[in-house]
Amino acid sequence: MNIMTSDLKLVEEPKKPLAMDPKKFALWLFIITVVMVFAALTSAYIVRQAEGNWMVFELPVEMWLTTATIFLSSITMHWAYLEAKKDNLERVKLALGITTLLGILFLVGQFYIWGVLVERQVYFVGNPSGSFLYVISGLHGLHIVSGVIFLIIVLISTFKYKVHSKKLSQIQMCATYWHFLDVLWIYLFVFLLLNH
Amino acid sequence: MATADIHITEETHHDGHEHDHDHHGNFWTTYVFSTDHKMIAKQFLISGIFWALIGGILSVIFRLQLGFPEAQLDWLKPVLGEWITPEGKLDPEFYLALVTMHGTIMVFFVLTAGLSGTFANFLIPLQIGARDMASGFMNMLSYWFFFVSSVIMFTSLFIETGPASGGWVIYPPLSALPQAMNGSGLGMTLWLVAMALFIVSSLLGGINYIATVINLRTKGMSFSKLPLSIWALFLTAVIGLLSFPVLFAAALLLIFDRSFGTSFYLSDIYINGEALPNQGGSPVLFQHLFWFLGHPEVYIVLLPALGITSEVIATNSRKPIFGYKAMVGSILFIAILSFVVWAHHMFVSGMNPFLGSVFMLLTLIIAVPSAVKVFNYLTTLWRGNLRFTPAMLFSIGLVSFFISGGLTGIFLGNSAIDIQLHDTYFVVAHFHLVMGSASFFGMLAGIYHWFPKMFGRMMDAKLGYIHFWLTFVGVYMVFFPMHYIGIAGYPRRYYSFTNYDVFNSFSDLNMLVSIAAIVTLAAQFIFLFNFFYSMFRGRRASANPWQSNTLEWTTPIEPGHGNWPGEIPTVYRWPYDYSKPGAKEDFIPQHIPFSMTPESNLPHENDLIKLEGDNDVEVVKVDEKK
Ligand code: HEM
Ligand SMILES: [Cu+2]
Repeated sequence: MNIMTSDLKLVEEPKKPLAMDPKKFALWLFIITVVMVFAALTSAYIVRQAEGNWMVFELPVEMWLTTATIFLSSITMHWAYLEAKKDNLERVKLALGITTLLGILFLVGQFYIWGVLVERQVYFVGNPSGSFLYVISGLHGLHIVSGVIFLIIVLISTFKYKVHSKKLSQIQMCATYWHFLDVLWIYLFVFLLLNH
Repeated sequence: MATADIHITEETHHDGHEHDHDHHGNFWTTYVFSTDHKMIAKQFLISGIFWALIGGILSVIFRLQLGFPEAQLDWLKPVLGEWITPEGKLDPEFYLALVTMHGTIMVFFVLTAGLSGTFANFLIPLQIGARDMASGFMNMLSYWFFFVSSVIMFTSLFIETGPASGGWVIYPPLSALPQAMNGSGLGMTLWLVAMALFIVSSLLGGINYIATVINLRTKGMSFSKLPLSIWALFLTAVIGLLSFPVLFAAALLLIFDRSFGTSFYLSDIYINGEALPNQGGSPVLFQHLFWFLGHPEVYIVLLPALGITSEVIATNSRKPIFGYKAMVGSILFIAILSFVVWAHHMFVSGMNPFLGSVFMLLTLIIAVPSAVKVFNYLTTLWRGNLRFTPAMLFSIGLVSFFISGGLTGIFLGNSAIDIQLHDTYFVVAHFHLVMGSASFFGMLAGIYHWFPKMFGRMMDAKLGYIHFWLTFVGVYMVFFPMHYIGIAGYPRRYYSFTNYDVFNSFSDLNMLVSIAAIVTLAAQFIFLFNFFYSMFRGRRASANPWQSNTLEWTTPIEPGHGNWPGEIPTVYRWPYDYSKPGAKEDFIPQHIPFSMTPESNLPHENDLIKLEGDNDVEVVKVDEKK
């Protein structure tokens, strides 16, 4: 009997459930919360707009430029990741550096756009249609700030040789977050184009 | 090329968790800035108990006003100071502050942080077989954000203009304009700051709970073998993850309205004949955003209690839970539905009546999964081998409240009837039974049940019985009469009954309610004594005092860091093999393989496992000789 049970045990060894790196998983969950915040804001925007008394104004054309900047930065981010996989650390540094700069450029651009809006008499305090634009772009900008900080952290890690083909987790997470922020902005931009 | 350098750096840095079993921290790392899930759970528990006490005391103070409107309250002056008027009465604005803080504290600080924070932290790793949470550091942050939030909320009770007073739902414009009432000044600002931190804490916690349940289950612990407590805590965290960010967005816009002069929620407001500059805002927008969290929040509060109850009832009925899959299904269904019924709180807000009918339909559908749960609890109890431990009594109490409070929900969900009942004491009666008392009882059941695992000692059962009966009868005495007062039309959040002749006939009923409330609160001190006394002096617990199947009882009596000294046990069966025909004992823990219980394996057991199809478990071929 004893022999039999041990025999049986061999066959029935259950497997470990499929698991993802908990940190990456947590990042995805965090992304979901950010999605929910912006889903709430854009739904509020639509609900409020439907009630009338809504000031209509053109979006500044400069927004196309900032959008292009952030889109470009996603490409350079991906480039950085591909080079990291190949252990071309110098190129990783270059690509990450460019991504960081583009991110900062985007922020500067968004800030400039606020100025353009003020010139056109669209204020943060005033009709909600303007206030929403400031809140949405501002909150997205804050997330970009966090993304830039993340980029800088990865850049520093790269200088310390802590990013390479055997240790991709950090740069992967950074890329995921950065691409997400890019897609998020494109969503917001299209949303604003359609509903301004 | 840089490639050459890469191998120079040795990885000395530990990624994620490294479990050091003989790890002994100092006082600060063990009790204060602990990253151990069990200690964090206890921190949440103690904080929750503290807040429950505060919330309870506040409610008794305003019950004094409602039950004894003529009473002299001068004796409260030493505590409440200026909030007692020179005539010895409670200040009417302070009454509103009390109601608001009571609601906020009970809903968020006690039954969200205190309940989920305690049991998700404590049970998830222990019941799924993990050494700790996915990120101990984030878990610690979650507690400390909660702590700072608590300190701010608590401080707001003592400021000169008083705490927030616009109700726990903080509707603008009342909450948006400091001119509106005292509490909408600094008190409201502190409320918003505290809640923002609270949301961060909840999200940090929730992300951790979800990541842990999905990624760190032990071998064999497929989703179809998860205890229902874990299912409930897991889906609660998912609901929180999806709804708290929306509250954050709502609060953010409110902050801009309050402090920066925007008009998201404000329009056409005149104060003393003067028009405010704010134009174009919509207060109903706030209600939509708030209740998009607010309704799921009631399930955030309730589901963990239901999960705990499933565990406790199955264990103490010595029967498998009836309809495990139906239970999981109904939790899931409730979780989904909870996001599409929010506007039932807004039937009389001026919302489109057609929309009202849609939300009414969706709301009434929730009755179905709720009834499934009740039915399954009752059938689990039915002809069980009942053991009336204090935890079991509180769980049965929960089922009772869930039924009696749930029935009135069907009335309130009806958009026509709600015109009469909205914002009356009927609502107060309804949600106190189904959400307040039910969740509170779930929490108490959990504490009585898992106390031995938390502190290695038993709570005193006799005191538990006294505590149960006083509280159970007390709750019904407090909240049942409120139905009548509410049907008669008495509005909630009103300072005084006696100004209206119609309500004078309810004076003695109100007195009864207030006396019952005081007795009920007093009964909680029996619990407090039992809790703290047993922590140090209680009878030592055995390894598995309730003869339960779940994994936490396979740890040492006082589990250390990492929970299991050796390897984590593997799971072979679902957690509800109680009184299995043919088995030697009336329970078979989850880590016992089928090969060790040939006498009780069902002929189709193995096929059945295969059918459940999580293919985590290789099928065992057991000889069928009997
Ligand atoms: C000692 C037990 C309790 C008593 C006597 C009590 C009594 C009351 C009463 C009479 C009100 C309405 C006051 C008014 O509208 O003028 C109220 C409000 C409320 N209570 Fe309780 N309660 C108790 C426990 C709880 C618990 C456990 C919860 C947890 C969910 C809770 C949640 C609330 C909420 C959310 C409100 C609404 C606050 C608001 O209007 O903003 N209460 N309570
Ligand atoms: Cu609701």
